[in-house]
Amino acid sequence: MEAVFLAMVLMLSIFLGFELISKVPATLHTPLMSGANAISGITIVGALISAGGESDAMSSYLGAAAVMFAMINVAGGYLVTNRMLSMFKKKDAGQPGGKS
Amino acid sequence: MNPVIINLWYVVAAALFIFGLKQLGSPATAVRGNILSSLAMVIAIGVTLFNKEILSFQLILIAAAVGAVIGAIAAQKVEMTSMPEMVALFNGSGGIASLMVGWAALYNLGNTTFTDVTILLSIVIGGMTFSGSILAWGKLSEVMTSAAVVFGAQRIVNAAILVGLIVCSVLFCMNPAVDSPYLYAVIGLALLFGVMAVLPIGGADMPVVISLLNSYSGLAACAAGFAINNNILIVAGSMVGAAGIILTNIMCKAMNRSLGHVLFSGFGAVKQATKVEGEVKPIVAEDAFLILEAAQSVSFVPGYGMAVAQAQHVVRELGELLEKNGAEVTYAIHPVAGRMPGHMNVLLAEANVPYDQLVEMEDINPRIDNVDVAVVIGANDVVNPSARNDENSPIYGMPIINVDQARTVFVLKRSMGSGFSGVDNPLFFGDNTRMLFGDAKQSIAAVVAEFKG
Repeated sequence: MEAVFLAMVLMLSIFLGFELISKVPATLHTPLMSGANAISGITIVGALISAGGESDAMSSYLGAAAVMFAMINVAGGYLVTNRMLSMFKKKDAGQPGGKS
Repeated sequence: MNPVIINLWYVVAAALFIFGLKQLGSPATAVRGNILSSLAMVIAIGVTLFNKEILSFQLILIAAAVGAVIGAIAAQKVEMTSMPEMVALFNGSGGIASLMVGWAALYNLGNTTFTDVTILLSIVIGGMTFSGSILAWGKLSEVMTSAAVVFGAQRIVNAAILVGLIVCSVLFCMNPAVDSPYLYAVIGLALLFGVMAVLPIGGADMPVVISLLNSYSGLAACAAGFAINNNILIVAGSMVGAAGIILTNIMCKAMNRSLGHVLFSGFGAVKQATKVEGEVKPIVAEDAFLILEAAQSVSFVPGYGMAVAQAQHVVRELGELLEKNGAEVTYAIHPVAGRMPGHMNVLLAEANVPYDQLVEMEDINPRIDNVDVAVVIGANDVVNPSARNDENSPIYGMPIINVDQARTVFVLKRSMGSGFSGVDNPLFFGDNTRMLFGDAKQSIAAVVAEFKG
């Protein structure tokens, strides 16, 4: 039953994802990708549970390594996306060329 | 904390991820969207730390700190021209993280066969995402050849790897154990498969590949979510999966090729384009200035060559001078210009071009005959009229920006060579085409100097 429930969640979020993301304009596709990189760092949630468990040393080490890789995605992804998005300015908002 | 409460917080995080993505739909709200999404991540990580299964925090703190520092430094240092490489590496680290989460989940007691299958899925998808992304990074950064690497028995070898992967997976699931030799075989074959899948793909097709790997990194997270019974991984992972698939599809359409064709064949080996012959009409900066000065509407059409020449800042300067001169200025961007989806837009935004001047191919083409001057900078295939006219051309059928229908076309080009795919471009011989030879940055700077008198 658990599996069916998870499959339901999967199905709904795929449809929702398609709806949301097809509305992102081409201008923002690069930030969308780096933002998606950051979101894929969500595996950190699973990694934390393995890393903090004390059942088996190997499992903890695998988890810790996964925490590190996922954290690179989370921190790097959100920061670089923010850096990129802050560059997009509307015409009269702020003097173009004013900031270097 | 009670697992129910933790899961309720995951619901909040999922809602914030969704809102964040929704706000990414417009440049005006996108910054806020990204912050909402990062807030969702903070909530998800924060409540997970209250999970009762987490007993020691030492390893977690060290690993998270190391990862955060690496990520933050990379995010600060990366040049915008190198974003494709950065995204490729991020795809890879997402993949390897999912592989390890899946692997570690094998140590949980009482896994059902269904769980074992999803664990294997997260290992396989994660592994091939990792090795494929590293290879994609190698090609993008030109550490290795960016050309398609094709050898005779490739399909047979790939099929053998795939069969091996399936056989080992089945054998593993029949008798799952953390020290099963089949587990190591599956990991090894998945890594090999990722390499083999990216090897035959050429440099010009890289936008498709990183989009696809982006999608895989999400699907790997999704599979890991099934492996550890966690909703938030499934929701967030499938959003990423959907994003990657949509972008892959857009890229393929913009090149008029099917995904299968991109993945399984090197580019352009079969057809030979009709050789066009004619005379080019070169002009100098002074004449270009006179034409631009009289223009009412000017459209710049940038390609990756503009980024290579680092010309985006002088281009923006010229754009501003033209606007002051009373012309309407736009930047027309083809979906596959650059090395990843939206790459040109970011480079122009970095050079302070306002985003309302960035227009898409579908918006500029209907009104291209009202454009007085189209300035092609470092683009070739995406403005090549043989995509419309010449059935023998390897790029026949690919949608292009119809600059040849503008009143005048300036093509900035280093010298008379052909572009990435080696296609001859009849645009260069058009009656209304003027060639401005030389380094793009210097050519534009010369025109700017003329404007400033």
